[in-house]
Amino acid sequence: MNEYILIFRHEDGQKLASPEQLQAWMKQTMDWIGGIAAQNKFSSGTGLPFDEARVVGYKGVVTNGPFGDIKETIGGYIIVKADSIEEAVEFAKGSPVLQGDGNSVEVRKIARNDGLH
Amino acid sequence: MAEDIASETFLAAMETWPFKGVPENPTAWLYTVAKNKAKNLLTRDKLFHHKIKPMIGSSAVAGEDTEIDLSAKNIADSQLQMLFTICHPSIPVEAQIGLSLRILCGFGIDEIANAFLTNKETINKRLSRAKEKLRSEKVAIELPPGHEISKRLDAVMTTLYLLFNEGYYSESSDTVLRNDLCLEAMRLTYMLTENQQTNQPAVNALFALMCFHASRFEARKNEHGEMILYHDQDETRWNRELIAKGVYHFHLAASGNSLSKYHLEAGIAYWHTIREDSAEKWESILQLFNQLLMVSYSPVAALNRTYALSKVKGKKAAIAEAEKLDLSNDHYYFTLLGELYADLDKEKAKENFLKALALATTLPDKQLIQAKYLEINKK
Repeated sequence: MNEYILIFRHEDGQKLASPEQLQAWMKQTMDWIGGIAAQNKFSSGTGLPFDEARVVGYKGVVTNGPFGDIKETIGGYIIVKADSIEEAVEFAKGSPVLQGDGNSVEVRKIARNDGLH
Repeated sequence: MAEDIASETFLAAMETWPFKGVPENPTAWLYTVAKNKAKNLLTRDKLFHHKIKPMIGSSAVAGEDTEIDLSAKNIADSQLQMLFTICHPSIPVEAQIGLSLRILCGFGIDEIANAFLTNKETINKRLSRAKEKLRSEKVAIELPPGHEISKRLDAVMTTLYLLFNEGYYSESSDTVLRNDLCLEAMRLTYMLTENQQTNQPAVNALFALMCFHASRFEARKNEHGEMILYHDQDETRWNRELIAKGVYHFHLAASGNSLSKYHLEAGIAYWHTIREDSAEKWESILQLFNQLLMVSYSPVAALNRTYALSKVKGKKAAIAEAEKLDLSNDHYYFTLLGELYADLDKEKAKENFLKALALATTLPDKQLIQAKYLEINKK
């Protein structure tokens, strides 16, 4: 069984959600991940809060947030266990992130420490 | 000392009389023997004090030091040290449970065998192998040093958690014994909350969890000792005092930042102490199961989460998720599917109950599934 990372990409991380929206979104996310965990296919994951975010650029130039030049931001990720990329993609399709127009979930295989990657 | 002499005298009588016959005057015989024994003892004592003790010198243990400290605190400390020794990662967890029962709870080998649904030989072998291992690993009987304590505490909590579950869910038919297992697990966990070093949030969460479950002891058995399911239980027989105790320790568990699986399970158990169904109840239970499964997967938690999901999002949504669970050799899985299908598709419900029946091994489980099947058939 392989591990895949599901990276949540938000088109506009600056858009502020109301506390109620955030709470509802949190619940949906937890139900989605809970469904994966109930299949014993969840490895780990976390949300990535936008506050205090920094981007370190060329020659060590530090800017606030992933905002401004970069429009697309990463809001979090989870790592799942799956037999194939197709199975991992099926998991990704359930992500509530995809309810936002322009958002996406990137699915990538985790390189295993087996000397082949 | 007098008591020792008396019992030794009777022992001598027991050893002598059956072979040499009862003496003419048994009372006089006993007195004489006791008197001689006392004399011997005093002589030995005098000898020890006057001749031997001075020779051993200051390194000798003085009379008062050899007295065993039987204060409540010392007993608790020794039990705690022994608990950590027994729950050493070098021996398998079922041996840890067995040794705890034998050494800390004073259970007999046959009782332990009964609780584990096995025979005395197996238990004897398991325990002596474990003791041998502890000896060869030179595991000291002491509390681990500060930096090690939280890691070792995890192992202790796992053992106590399993000990409690052994009593709560065991298939052994001995109800009294099963309750004893649970109570002993609670006593040892409570002991951990009374020591400053081990009184940690997760320990309080574990104790709260045990209290919430134990509050239903009386209500979950009928007069024939048969299981009564949660929904059919008489709520007035739930132990309110234990629930209150659980709530108290659950509050203590909330200090600190750690969120253990015991916190999550205690949260779920807490909601089950509230009989009335509400949207908030099932939403909370579902979220707790989501988190629990992320921390620690188990088939039981996966099935219970699916049940909670059916309460929040409806049976169809729950069936869709249930069918993704790879648990097709588990009779609980098919029982759950049967229940979810009950109002939606009678044939599918029956089909699932039959699959469950084929997989169930114990009589109570089979009876329960049969009853559900018959109920569907009537509809």
